[in-house]
Amino acid sequence: MNDAAPERNSETPAPTVNAAAQAWRSALRLFCFVVVATALMSMTHSVTRTRIQAALTAEKMKFISEVLPAERYDNDLLADSITLPPTPELGLKTESRVYRARKDGKYNALVLEAVAPDGYAGAIRLLIGISRAGEITGVRVVDHRETPGLGDYIDPRRDKNKTRPWIAQFTGLIAPEIPDADWRVKKERGRFDAYAGATVSPRAVIEAVRKAARFAARSGERLFEEKTP
Amino acid sequence: MSLDRAAARELLRKGLWTQNPGLAQILGLCPILAVSTSAVNATMLALATILVMMLSNVAVAGLRRWIPHEIRIPVFILLIAALVTIVDLLFNAFFHELYVILGIFIPLITTNCIVLARVEAFAAKNSVAHSTLDGLAMGLGLLWVLALLGAMREFLSGGTLLAGIEMVIPGAQALQILPETYPDFLLAALPPGAFILLGCMIAGKNGWDARAARRAKKTAPVPKTIEVSTGA
Repeated sequence: MNDAAPERNSETPAPTVNAAAQAWRSALRLFCFVVVATALMSMTHSVTRTRIQAALTAEKMKFISEVLPAERYDNDLLADSITLPPTPELGLKTESRVYRARKDGKYNALVLEAVAPDGYAGAIRLLIGISRAGEITGVRVVDHRETPGLGDYIDPRRDKNKTRPWIAQFTGLIAPEIPDADWRVKKERGRFDAYAGATVSPRAVIEAVRKAARFAARSGERLFEEKTP
Repeated sequence: MSLDRAAARELLRKGLWTQNPGLAQILGLCPILAVSTSAVNATMLALATILVMMLSNVAVAGLRRWIPHEIRIPVFILLIAALVTIVDLLFNAFFHELYVILGIFIPLITTNCIVLARVEAFAAKNSVAHSTLDGLAMGLGLLWVLALLGAMREFLSGGTLLAGIEMVIPGAQALQILPETYPDFLLAALPPGAFILLGCMIAGKNGWDARAARRAKKTAPVPKTIEVSTGA
């Protein structure tokens, strides 16, 4: 680390009356750097914005196809979607999209965006498919910051068990038939498996899915009647 | 001052071994311990760090004449943060698949003090060519330490190697070394396991260096006449 020692003596001038002028010069120089760096960042932002938007839409369509099998609907999901105001039942403090799956023009299933606010490292964003009868057609973790190698198995891309990932437990459950007390991990006498020592993340997801299922049962019909803007 | 072969070799030796950022300078522990839970995670973060270190070293070495000494640290931080933001946006737009995996790691690089340390200790005083190689060498030093640490933690905690490789190389498969019934050894996956294993690696390096020094001492005091005849 001896190359870290700066030769300060030669560089630091003795204090003079010009100290104020010197400070102004430094401030001006720093300001120039800030302007240039900000300009570069905003240029990159404007160049990449449309591409990032397109990539996010493609990703969303891929997630939707994972939570809702294609044979469940025959309409254009991305077009037949409405904006939901901030909904505490879904853990959402901001607006979200609801995608309405119709078959032969009739309500078949909903795809909801939801947030589990109490993950181990902040919010876990979910996409949940729920049929009109309350069957959960699939759940996917869209975005999360859970500990790599520990709690991140809630995301099937990160789950070691590829044949039956943890998140697949939700698929096919008929939510209205499951009492609230069963929406827990097995350790707490619920019905869901979880790896020992990493139960915060699954617990947060289970609770968010339960709330979303209850919300869909209460408000599904109403959401379907809303007109697309 | 151009970059000759001996200087290049010395820079590489420093980065990979004598001044290794993970084992000798012990800088940037926060991201190192946070993402070294698996070999793939660790390698990906190290690759992203190499990119940022080289870019920030080039930027600072190129601009060093225009950076006043007394405000150099704010300028360095500004440059590093701007570069990380730009790399983050470019990855998101052009390598979206990779970004989904690396996404949470790229902003972490800003907090890695090894980047600032190299800029301050090296790039601010050396040519662009030297600084580029220094960024690469230090990054590679971080890469092998992180990859080894990640592999050890992954193996001890879950009995696998290269889990998650299929996200980087489609079709590739993780190696299940120990049987599926291996009970997960959580300590290795948690931060204390990272501290313990990193400590073992540092001890290993120090032990190796001490042994090398002892050997050098044993062979050094040979009579001068022999030294001349061997020409060593």
